Amino acid sequence: MNLWKDFSNGLIKENPTFRLVLGTCPTLAVTTAVFNGIGMGIAAAAVLIGSNLIISLIKKIVPNEVRIPIYIVVIATFTTIVQMLIQAFSPALDKSLGIYIPLIVVNCIIIARAEAFAAKNPVINSIMDGIGMGIGFTVALTIISSVREILGAGTFLGMPLFGEAFEPFLIMILPPGGFLVFGLSIAAFNKITSLRKS
Amino acid sequence: MKLGLIIISAIFINNFVLSQFLGICPFLGVSKKIDTAVGMSVAVTFVMGLASVICWAVQIFILNPMGIGYMQTIAFILVIAGLVQFVEMVIKKTSPTLYQALGIYLPLITTNCAVLGVAILNIDKSYNLIESLINGVGGGLGFSLAIILFAGVRERLELAPTPKALEGFPIAMIAASLFSIAFLGFSGLFSGLL
Repeated sequence: MNLWKDFSNGLIKENPTFRLVLGTCPTLAVTTAVFNGIGMGIAAAAVLIGSNLIISLIKKIVPNEVRIPIYIVVIATFTTIVQMLIQAFSPALDKSLGIYIPLIVVNCIIIARAEAFAAKNPVINSIMDGIGMGIGFTVALTIISSVREILGAGTFLGMPLFGEAFEPFLIMILPPGGFLVFGLSIAAFNKITSLRKS
Repeated sequence: MKLGLIIISAIFINNFVLSQFLGICPFLGVSKKIDTAVGMSVAVTFVMGLASVICWAVQIFILNPMGIGYMQTIAFILVIAGLVQFVEMVIKKTSPTLYQALGIYLPLITTNCAVLGVAILNIDKSYNLIESLINGVGGGLGFSLAIILFAGVRERLELAPTPKALEGFPIAMIAASLFSIAFLGFSGLFSGLL
């Protein structure tokens, strides 16, 4: 029951993207296409689960004063592993995510969960929290990138959706579209959750 | 000539915040007041310049000769974390007034992706030492320009009546979107030369 609570926390109640508004840089930068959005979501989720696991294991032996540098080294190690895996198995994804793969290190979601959750909770709970947050992040990226790709390029996962006559809203896959869609999706999320409460 | 192009490009054309999406967290988090935005941007510009130089040296003199380029991410983030700590201590000892103004922003800079981003971009584009420094400082100035202008807009937004669902982050994002459209106007500037 408790595990389910830790897992589901990241999905809606504390959704890292729409509710906590963390990890905004990759959210805006890679969501020009659904494939990139899902790829970034899974990569960040893998790092998050790994770092939550290790940090929860070592929480008793880490001195309080140097905990942040130690967390960063753990996160950087997992990021490097994920980066190497992506380079080996999906060079196309590596090329389109580019600099944003090493930048998973400074994704605030990961360090925030390490500090706020993994450093205080047992291993199993931390893994569940990592999985929940990872899924919440991936779903959010998928939603934003779907809107941007469908409107901005007229395709979904590279498949054309509309006929020849469709004129894509180019602005949606340019930087301004990222801010606009992200802002409107947070607003929609707030509206839906407040309607559900009342 | 090339140095001039790098700095113009880093400030206007490829603005770190508005067109490359680096450093969005402080851009949204610390832009509620102009004073704090100015403090943050001074600290970021300084650290970005220093980090560009030191990370470049680490890559060229340590990682490349030893053939451990894959350690780049870990090495750079440690250098930046150490550097930020060091800058904090130096400022605390030498200038208490500056420390009071910048103190609370310094720890936040470690997780500012613009700093790690500029260090990695310098290596990716194989810049030399001077070009890396210029790119770092230019990136910092671009960040400053964006965050200070944006803080001005947000001070006004506080007073404007906003629909409930749009309050806070959503309306700030929409304002940032309009900002970004304005900066799109610079794209294509010098396109023949770059």
